[in-house]
Amino acid sequence: MTDVPGTTRKRQPLPTFQSSARVALNNTQLRHNLHKATSTIREKRRRAVEEMPDWQELREAGRVIKEQTMLHLDHYLVELETAVQRAGGQVHWARDAEEANALIAQIAEQHHAREVIKVKSLTTDELGLNRALAEHGISAIETDLAELIIQLAGESSSHILVPAIHKNRAEIRELFLRTLDVQQLSDEPGELANAARAHLRKKFLSTPVAVSGANFAVAETGTVCVVESEGNGRMCVTLPKVLISVMGIEKVIPAWQDFEVFLQLLPRSSTAERMNPYTSLWTGVRAGDGPQEFHLVLLDNGRTQVLADAVGRQALHCIRCSACLNICPVYERTGGHAYNSVYPGPIGAILTPQLLGVEQAGTLPYASSLCGACYEVCPVKINIPQVLIYLRGRVVRQQQRGRLRERANPEWLALRWLARTFASRTRYERAQRLARLGQLPFTRGGMIEKLPGELSGWTILRDLPAVPAQSFREWWRERAQTTQTQKEEQP
Amino acid sequence: MRVALFITCFNDTLFPQAGRATVQLLERLGHTVEFPEEQTCCGQMHFNTGYQREALPLIRRFVQVFGQAEVVVAPSASCVGMVREVYPLAAQWFGDQELLAEVEALAPRVYELSEFLVHRLGLEDVGAYYPHRVTYHPTCHSLRFLHVGDAPLRLLRAVRGLDLVELPAAEECCGFGGTFAVKNADTSLDMLSDKVRHVLSTGAEVCVAADNSCLMQIGGALHRQRAGVRTPHLAEILASTEEEAFV
Repeated sequence: MTDVPGTTRKRQPLPTFQSSARVALNNTQLRHNLHKATSTIREKRRRAVEEMPDWQELREAGRVIKEQTMLHLDHYLVELETAVQRAGGQVHWARDAEEANALIAQIAEQHHAREVIKVKSLTTDELGLNRALAEHGISAIETDLAELIIQLAGESSSHILVPAIHKNRAEIRELFLRTLDVQQLSDEPGELANAARAHLRKKFLSTPVAVSGANFAVAETGTVCVVESEGNGRMCVTLPKVLISVMGIEKVIPAWQDFEVFLQLLPRSSTAERMNPYTSLWTGVRAGDGPQEFHLVLLDNGRTQVLADAVGRQALHCIRCSACLNICPVYERTGGHAYNSVYPGPIGAILTPQLLGVEQAGTLPYASSLCGACYEVCPVKINIPQVLIYLRGRVVRQQQRGRLRERANPEWLALRWLARTFASRTRYERAQRLARLGQLPFTRGGMIEKLPGELSGWTILRDLPAVPAQSFREWWRERAQTTQTQKEEQP
Repeated sequence: MRVALFITCFNDTLFPQAGRATVQLLERLGHTVEFPEEQTCCGQMHFNTGYQREALPLIRRFVQVFGQAEVVVAPSASCVGMVREVYPLAAQWFGDQELLAEVEALAPRVYELSEFLVHRLGLEDVGAYYPHRVTYHPTCHSLRFLHVGDAPLRLLRAVRGLDLVELPAAEECCGFGGTFAVKNADTSLDMLSDKVRHVLSTGAEVCVAADNSCLMQIGGALHRQRAGVRTPHLAEILASTEEEAFV
C-alpha cells in the first residue's frame, strides 16, 4: 500500500480538501466512473429501503441502541472482554495504531508467519497495518476483490464499501494482466473475479494467520460478526489456525437481539441487498473446528476523545454502510481520495477531524454544501450536517486562538464586520447603501461579472445580480408614506 | 391573520421583488402584513461557517424582534430552517436555557411561504395566472430540513396558464451551500453545471424555487451562459394575476 495520509498521527496537517478536490475534478474519467457507480447503487438502495414499511422505526431503534451503548461503553467493553475470554479467546487493548500494530505483528511472529491473509477492514487501513507488518517482514494479503485491486495497483481506498469505485473494469483488466499470472483476460466482471479467485485460493489454503476487522461484537456472548458479499471473509475466519480480529471500541453492541435491527439496516443501506450473502459469527474457539487461537484487539486510537464530546460522539454510531457517500453530491464528484483519509465522504468529514484533531483536518467539515441528503439516508440517523456545523465552530475557535496571522484572515475580518453590522439596524441600513455605491466599478447592465479577492470564486462561472436601487425596506417605507399621504388627502 | 414578514437580509438587499411579491400575495389573500423594521439577519451564514459565537447576538435579536408575532412568514426556506432547526441547537450548545425556551415557543410559528399557504392556510389555488413553461427546483433546505414536501408544486399546479415541467434529478443540491460556494468553488461549480444542464434539458423558460440563494447560484450560471432562462422566486409567480403580471 502507498502512504495514506491520515492513517497515522502526524504533526503536519492533511492537504486541504480544496486542493485535492481540484485534482480529482480535473479527472473526467474518474468523474464518469463515480457518477455511474454512485447513481446505480443509490437507486438500488432507494428501492431496497422503500419496500420496508418500518424503515423509520428501524432507523430510530438503531440510533437508540447506539446512543445507549455509547453512554455505557465502559461497561459493555468489559462485559465483552469477559465473554470472549470465557469462550477461549484472548483480548488485547490498544491505545493507538502503534500499539495495535505491534500486538498483531507479535502474534504473527509467534507463529512464524511470513504472510497473513486479510478480510476487508477499514480499521486495519486506519492503523496502516499492512505497512507496519511489512516492516516486520510480513506480507499482508488482501482477499476482498476490490481491496486486492487497489493493493495490486499500489493505491489507497476511495470508498468505505467499494474501495476501487474509482476504477472501471477496463482499468482493472489492464492491472490484472500486469500483476497476476494470467495470459488472456477480458473485462467481463465474471472473468476478472475468476482471475482473482485463482490467485487467492492458494493463499487461503496455505496461510496460517488471518486478520479481520469486525462489524459488530456482542457484549453478552463475546460473539464477533463480519458481514460480506464475496465469501473470502468466511475463508479467512475459518481456514487459518490463528485469527486476529481488530475492532474499534465503538463496534460493541449489548445483546444478540440487537442483530435484529442492524442486520436489517446494514445490507439494505450498503449493498442494497435484503440480506448480505455472508454473515460470519464466531465466539472464541472450538476444538477441532475453525481457528484454534483467537485474538480480539480492542482499539481506541482517538475514539475516547470523540466519545467525550457530547455533540460529536454520534459519529461513533456509524456502522460503515457508505450510504452517505453514495448519496453525497460532493463525494460523487470528488471521489474518496480528495478527503485524504481512510474515512471519506460525509462520515469521513465528521469522523476524521475528530479522530485526528481539527488542526490536522480542518478543511473537511467544510467539504459539504449542507444539503442534508446524508442525514436522510443514514441508517442510524447520525445528524451529519449538524456535526459538520459544530466542527466548523471548533475549527474557527481554534483559528481564533491561533497566531495573529491566522486570526487576521479576510474571512474572519469580513464576518466580524458583518456580525457588527447586523447587530444594529442603523449600521445594517447604512451598509446596504454602501454596497450599492461600492459595487459601481463592478456592475454592468445590472449584473456583476467579476468580483475581486476572496469573492472572485463566485464569478468564475456565474454572474451576480447587482444590489438594486431600492431595498425592500425602502420600498416598504415609501409605500407606507404614500398610503399615509393618500389618507390625509381624502377628507 | 396578522403576518409578520421576515424578509431575510438577502432578499431585503438583493432580491426585494420577492418581498414585494410576498406582501402583494398575502394582502390579496386578505391578510395583514407587518414588517418589523428592526429585523436584520438570522445569523445563518455566521453559524454555518463556524462563527457561532458571532451568530448568537443575531439569534437573540431575531427572537426579540419576532417574539410577539402571531405568525412569521419568510420567502426563504433556508432562513426559516435556521430559525426552526438550528436556533434550538444553538441555545443548547451555548447552554442558554432561557433562550431555548423562547426559541421553542417561537419556532412553530415561523413558516416558509409555501408551507404557510398550503399547510397552515390549506390553500392551493391562490388565484395566480402565469402563462409560461416553468420547472421547479426543490431546494435542499425546503425539502430535507423543513419537509415542505410538494407544497410548492401544489401551488404551481393550481396557477392558471402555467405549464409545469419536471426537472430531472431535481432533489440534488445545486451546489450553493452558502460560503461553500466560495470556499469549495470548484466542487460547487461542478454541481451547478449538472443542475444547469438538467434545467436546460426541460426546455423551460423559467426555473423557480423557494429560495433566492439557490436561485442566485442557478440564475447566475444561466445568465453567464446567456441561456435565456429566468429564475424568479416562487412568490413572484404566485403574485402574478391576469390583471397584473408580477414577473
